[in-house]
Amino acid sequence: MLYQTIVLLPAIGALAAGLFGKWLGPRGSGIVTCTLMVLTALLSFIAFYQVAVAGNVPEQAVIFFTWFDVGALEADWAIRVDTLTVVMFVVVNTVSSMVHIYSVGYMSHDPYRPRFFALLSMFTFAMLMLVTADNFLQLFFGWEGVGLASYLLIGFWYKKPSANAAAIKAFIVNRVGDFGFALGIMAIFFVFGSVDFDTVFAMAPSMAGREFEFLGQQFDILTTICLLLFMGAMGKSAQFLLHTWLPDAMEGPTPVSALIHAATMVTAGVFLVCRCSYLFEYAPGALAVVAVVGAVTAFATATMALVQYDIKRVIAYSTCSQLGYMFFAAGVGAYDAAMFHLFTHAFFKALLFLGAGSVIHGLGDEQDMRKMGGLAKQLPWTAGLMIIGTLAITGVGIPYTIVGFAGFVSKDVIIETAYEAATAPGLFAFWMGLTAVAMTSFYSWRVIFMTFFGKSRAGQQALEQAHESPAVMMIPLIILALGAVFAGAAFHSFFVGAGQEHFWQEALLFVGDEHAVAGMADGPALPRWVVWGPFAMMLVGLVWSYHWYIRRPDIPQRIADNNGILYRFLLNKWYFDEIYDFLFVEPTKKLGHFLWKQGDGWLIDGFGPDGVATSVLATTRRIVKVQTGYVYHYAFVMLIGIALFVTYYYVRSVGAF
Amino acid sequence: MFPWLSVITFLPLVGALFIAIINGEKNIVNRNARYVALWTTLGTFLTSVFMLASFDPSIADFQFEEKREWLGDNITYHLGVDGISVLFIILTTFLMPICVVASWESITDRVKEYMIAFLLLETLMIGVFCSLDLVLFYLFFEGGLIPMFLIIGMWGGPGRTYASFKFFLYTLLGSVLMLVALITMYVIAGTTDIPTLMEYQFPADLQTWLWLAFFASFAVKLPMWPFHTWLPDAHVEAPTAGSVILAAVLLKMGGYGFLRFSLPMFPVASDFFTPFIFIISVVAVIYASLVALMQEDLKKLIAYSSVAHMGFVTIGIFTLNVQGIQGGIFQMLSHGVISAALFLIVGVVYDRMHTRRIDAYGGLVNRMPIYAAIFMLFALANVGLPGTSGFIGEIAVLIGVYQVNTTIALLASTGVVLSAAYMLWAYRRVIFGDLEKESLMSISDLSRREIGVFIPLIIATLFLGFYPAAVFDITNASVENLIGNFNAALEAYQALTVTNR
Repeated sequence: MLYQTIVLLPAIGALAAGLFGKWLGPRGSGIVTCTLMVLTALLSFIAFYQVAVAGNVPEQAVIFFTWFDVGALEADWAIRVDTLTVVMFVVVNTVSSMVHIYSVGYMSHDPYRPRFFALLSMFTFAMLMLVTADNFLQLFFGWEGVGLASYLLIGFWYKKPSANAAAIKAFIVNRVGDFGFALGIMAIFFVFGSVDFDTVFAMAPSMAGREFEFLGQQFDILTTICLLLFMGAMGKSAQFLLHTWLPDAMEGPTPVSALIHAATMVTAGVFLVCRCSYLFEYAPGALAVVAVVGAVTAFATATMALVQYDIKRVIAYSTCSQLGYMFFAAGVGAYDAAMFHLFTHAFFKALLFLGAGSVIHGLGDEQDMRKMGGLAKQLPWTAGLMIIGTLAITGVGIPYTIVGFAGFVSKDVIIETAYEAATAPGLFAFWMGLTAVAMTSFYSWRVIFMTFFGKSRAGQQALEQAHESPAVMMIPLIILALGAVFAGAAFHSFFVGAGQEHFWQEALLFVGDEHAVAGMADGPALPRWVVWGPFAMMLVGLVWSYHWYIRRPDIPQRIADNNGILYRFLLNKWYFDEIYDFLFVEPTKKLGHFLWKQGDGWLIDGFGPDGVATSVLATTRRIVKVQTGYVYHYAFVMLIGIALFVTYYYVRSVGAF
Repeated sequence: MFPWLSVITFLPLVGALFIAIINGEKNIVNRNARYVALWTTLGTFLTSVFMLASFDPSIADFQFEEKREWLGDNITYHLGVDGISVLFIILTTFLMPICVVASWESITDRVKEYMIAFLLLETLMIGVFCSLDLVLFYLFFEGGLIPMFLIIGMWGGPGRTYASFKFFLYTLLGSVLMLVALITMYVIAGTTDIPTLMEYQFPADLQTWLWLAFFASFAVKLPMWPFHTWLPDAHVEAPTAGSVILAAVLLKMGGYGFLRFSLPMFPVASDFFTPFIFIISVVAVIYASLVALMQEDLKKLIAYSSVAHMGFVTIGIFTLNVQGIQGGIFQMLSHGVISAALFLIVGVVYDRMHTRRIDAYGGLVNRMPIYAAIFMLFALANVGLPGTSGFIGEIAVLIGVYQVNTTIALLASTGVVLSAAYMLWAYRRVIFGDLEKESLMSISDLSRREIGVFIPLIIATLFLGFYPAAVFDITNASVENLIGNFNAALEAYQALTVTNR
């Protein structure tokens, strides 16, 4: 019952606030959904303890009822619980409950809170359906469900045209990824004759290395399937090429950004790859792609973060970049490290977002960092907590130990594992990741310095009104800060350390031993510079940022004024939006218009009905003298037909005599 | 045995006769006509549900058969349903009361005639799905067009002449060819009894011609690309309830025709033409979606979206595997519910503002939150979001076709992206944003009656989305049987050609 309760409580909350929000009122719907979410979060910890610590993995999935049963295609509504699931339980429900509580304060001026809470809870439910699926179709259900919640919440303030545009963009870019994901599911059913995880995973080794033919080319079956699934993951997790929606998604309310677009939904792609480790392990080609895409994302989106002025957008790009780390970890086979970073990242990234929200709230909806500065005085708590988040994301800690902030422990494991993999994609990822560490440190501290330190650039009025957020917003921040500080050190041995075998059990598959069981990270095998590298890069970023934004603020100012090519390139996010608009959006519209006017209008109608009209109608008129309406033409023709038929029939039967 | 099918088929006609004899003051006549129509359609629906309850889904063959002498020995009044057809009857009877209620206030002119036309239409539509004689089928199939013409022609919009003319030209082509095929089949097989014809093996070269003749009719009806251009015009001019029936039921006759005639009677030709069907279906999916993207008229957009969705249906049917055909049938039923709802959604604002232009709206959510929520639900269902019935049909068809032809699966899947684009973009322009247009300032949200119209559709969409087994269990036996017979016939034919060689 425990697992069913965990999954269904948020659904009850969503229904209560969604259908009966009018009666519950804004306050009531907040209380109901928050209570249910906190309860869910507490139960999640029990589940985590039972499964991952005590090792009681349920043998079989709990099945509600059959969803699909068409020939061999069978899928159930089910709850499958293993360590991967309970890790996600803890991540999703902890962050979700904190965000729910925070929203009570953050959204206190919004009359549409019932809708907001309903959607937050609905999102949580969909996410839980995603992580508890025991087949690909239910996974896809959750996958699309979280996408829907994301779409509706990005566009929550529907009067803002920019929010509406961002919502549609998010949905459609995700659909592009889902196009691959859906094809992947079709391929899986075609190859394995099933969409059940257990069946598919059990058969995977026997498919390794087999090929199929498509358009005269030979393709490796498992590699193709994995790449198709990964395409879905790229959309959901905003990886390079499909990353453009995530920064725009910041149009949504900040609690949404923290929950959906930082801590949970966007990590679904990572979860998918880890869940399918039983497939990816037999598709080395696909893994290499995962590693390279992850590495490129980690690097590229970090460069975009360097110059943005919108506080939320910086953090959004940073999310893309951190997701890139998780993917390249998975790509070198270190699913455990990927999940570990997913786990710690959820805490510090949610903390940073909610902290940013606190700043935005305190300044009366100002997001432009150029209009901030020196706010540490007005917002001391927020400043302190965001600095904790920054220490965590930049990876402050003592090399060769696990003493450090959460991000330090998990990120260093990833970077070291990539080096240890010693493959071309692994080394590529290592260098990209290492460079990105410096940039991460730079832009993260840039946020802190531009917001809380230096001279204030806010208007007099804004400054006077600036206020620290209420307790209902600060308490969730404090709890998340605890996670940002301790989650790494406390859980290291479970996820990647000595206790990992007992921890993961059958949830992940590692074939061969070349993937550094990441517990050996910091072991003697690694060269000294590799271990110290991330630490040094982190310092470089910090110093660089400090120099530019505290000591010599005129330097970045001058760069911005010069408006050089590189600066513009980064500020415009590598011109991705413009390129996509030019390559896809505009041509699609033009083609649609062309097909409509020329295809339907000129070609089909012109040579079809309209063309026939001029010639045939004249003839028809001569035959049918009734000019009153086409109905009669039609009825007439039909009657002639029937008459002919009946006549024929009688003639024939008479003739038979 | 109780003649379930005759009763269900002709009950609406009885209602129509009752309405015909109503006389008196105009208001009273209108009111009585509405109520008689409502009670008749509800009664028919209930009867059909009772029939479904005693339907045995484990039997693949026809049930509730009725056979009476009609035109001599070989042309009989023969009715019956199997797993494939029974749900289309339910769909029809389910939607009729909704149509009557939806027309309650929007039709004020010649109410009596309107309701008669609808009830007559219902009789003819139900007749199509339960006829087991080709002549009977043909009468219902073509006869259904007359009330539809009347509905468009008398209660339609300003461009109705052009629309019905186009509709007429296309269907004329189809029905004449089908009639020729019908006569040919009678001459050769000596009967028009459908179950008998299903077992009769027509010579392979003749199958090709017969298949093409039937195809002409079904392809227009469905409609398939490039025979689709009558549909947007017909929809735009039809009154709301007319559009609902047109999209939800009349189009499905084409798909049903393929399942009932083309596949079982002309298996060799069906097999031969499968690539052709796949190609024009996939063109329909992509082409119609792209055209839908650029529409300025909300109703036309949904009409084009219908064309795209019907593309999935034909792909599914011609995969000739369980997932594909089941998916195709499911997609038809699901589209019946979703498109009905979408046309009703357009009707709601059309009744208020008398325009369907997308740019005449914007920001409706500010004054019509309930409407916005319902529209959102059906927009997403149309996009095929899991949890709605739209998803089930699409994914089943795609999984089915992937096993047969990867390229077609790949191309058809692009419809998934495009449908999201046109639907959400249109939704955004109509519903979201600030309410700026002066004319919309006093627009009112759904009335109780209107909400009542949508509730059964919402329940159906979600129920089928979460528990599609309700449909699959009923269709399964007949579909398996259809596929089994098809493959057997094909094998027999191949064996024959080998020995002949």
